[in-house]
Amino acid sequence: MKILRVDPIACDGRGLCAELMPERIALDEWGFPIVDSTPLSSSLERHAARAVAACPMLALRLESLDSIGGRTTARVRRR
Amino acid sequence: MSARLLAGAATRIAPTFDQHLALYGPLETHDDLIGAVEQAGLRGRGGGAFPTAAKLRAVAEAGGRPVVVANAVEGEPASGKDHALLRVAPHLVLDGAVLASRALGARDAVVAITDRTGRERATIEAAIAQRKRRDGRVRLRTAAVPNRFVAGEETALVRALAGRDAKPSLKPPYPFERGVDGAPTLVSNAETLAHVALIARFGAEWFRGVGAPDSPGTALITLGGAVAQPGVHEIELGSPLDRALDQAGGVTGRTQAILVGGYFGRWVTPADASKLRLTPDVLGAGAIVVLPAEVCAVAECARVLAYLADESAGQCGPCVHGLRAIADTVSAPGKSNRRPRLEQLAALVAGRGACRHPDGAAVFLRSALDVFADEFAQHAKRRQCSRRDVRVLPLPTRRR
Repeated sequence: MKILRVDPIACDGRGLCAELMPERIALDEWGFPIVDSTPLSSSLERHAARAVAACPMLALRLESLDSIGGRTTARVRRR
Repeated sequence: MSARLLAGAATRIAPTFDQHLALYGPLETHDDLIGAVEQAGLRGRGGGAFPTAAKLRAVAEAGGRPVVVANAVEGEPASGKDHALLRVAPHLVLDGAVLASRALGARDAVVAITDRTGRERATIEAAIAQRKRRDGRVRLRTAAVPNRFVAGEETALVRALAGRDAKPSLKPPYPFERGVDGAPTLVSNAETLAHVALIARFGAEWFRGVGAPDSPGTALITLGGAVAQPGVHEIELGSPLDRALDQAGGVTGRTQAILVGGYFGRWVTPADASKLRLTPDVLGAGAIVVLPAEVCAVAECARVLAYLADESAGQCGPCVHGLRAIADTVSAPGKSNRRPRLEQLAALVAGRGACRHPDGAAVFLRSALDVFADEFAQHAKRRQCSRRDVRVLPLPTRRR
């Protein structure tokens, strides 16, 4: 199962993520993402991967929840 | 209760290593330090209240050559306990750092300070020199970091020790897996290590002999504001707040409210002082300030919130913008009654930074809105506050 997570230090509030992934990402009044970390269905994963690839700051990450609740970060390849 | 960490305080400050050993007994390597600390139930005294044995185990299991950092940065302005401990019992802290190093196979132990008074580094270096080669393979040294509020956060401290800016980094990775020079690093509050040094000598049972079953042992608190004997005191954990205040000679005058846990802490009404038990998660870094009745609570909170906004590391949008919006709303004339807006801001900042700075500010704000609800509402209606503007909550006076 994958989840979305943002690195708040790398994030610059550009907002592309919220445009591409409104199902999970909204913007606060200052333009910074509020990320819903609910696990993604396989149909949403494709959209999430696109949003991750679109972030100019590489701040958005797709992470795997492993069986014991730990997380590993997968970098998404740009095609 | 007889003092443990402050046992030597009545007779002298800056004891020599031999005077220290005469008071506490010899320092011997414990064959299962982590087990003893686990049985003792020691929790961190830097604010996180994390179980110390769990942290030690995590570093031990990370492999490699670990590094030990004794965190005496004490960025919280209302807290002075770590500085006091380093004056009164520096060798307890150094003992703890050495014992932890031996248990973890570390060769280097760093005492991190901010050098607030300018003499502290020299004092600790002198204490280290007194120990000469009696610590075996463990090399002790000091490091000074900037006196900023977030400089004591463990990842910020690790960065500062690498010669970079004292700003937090995103976790994971945690310092216990990758810290100073990329090595597994134990970042432990100075007071926590002092307790480790006593547990190693006298055992877990002894440690649990005072305090409560769910909160064993003693802790240092910094009492400020309207109390008879402000300063650093040693208390039994789990005891009620009013008993700790009595230990300091009681409150002076009429109390409006008591801040427990410093600027990431909560306000308590005088009526609740007998009900609040001082456990590690309630105490945080142990800063307690008694706010007298004649002072404007809103003005005091506004000063703290402005400080917290200024002390943001400036890395994360929600923290930078959110804390500034909070500070401005509380300080602006006629705006402090906007409770829904302030509650909204508190919810917007919490959990959205790389560290817990915005979360702490949100806790402080929410508690203030709750305990001082009437004051916040009334303050906005008046052009001038009828209460005296005496500055009770300690904050640095320098401007940047």
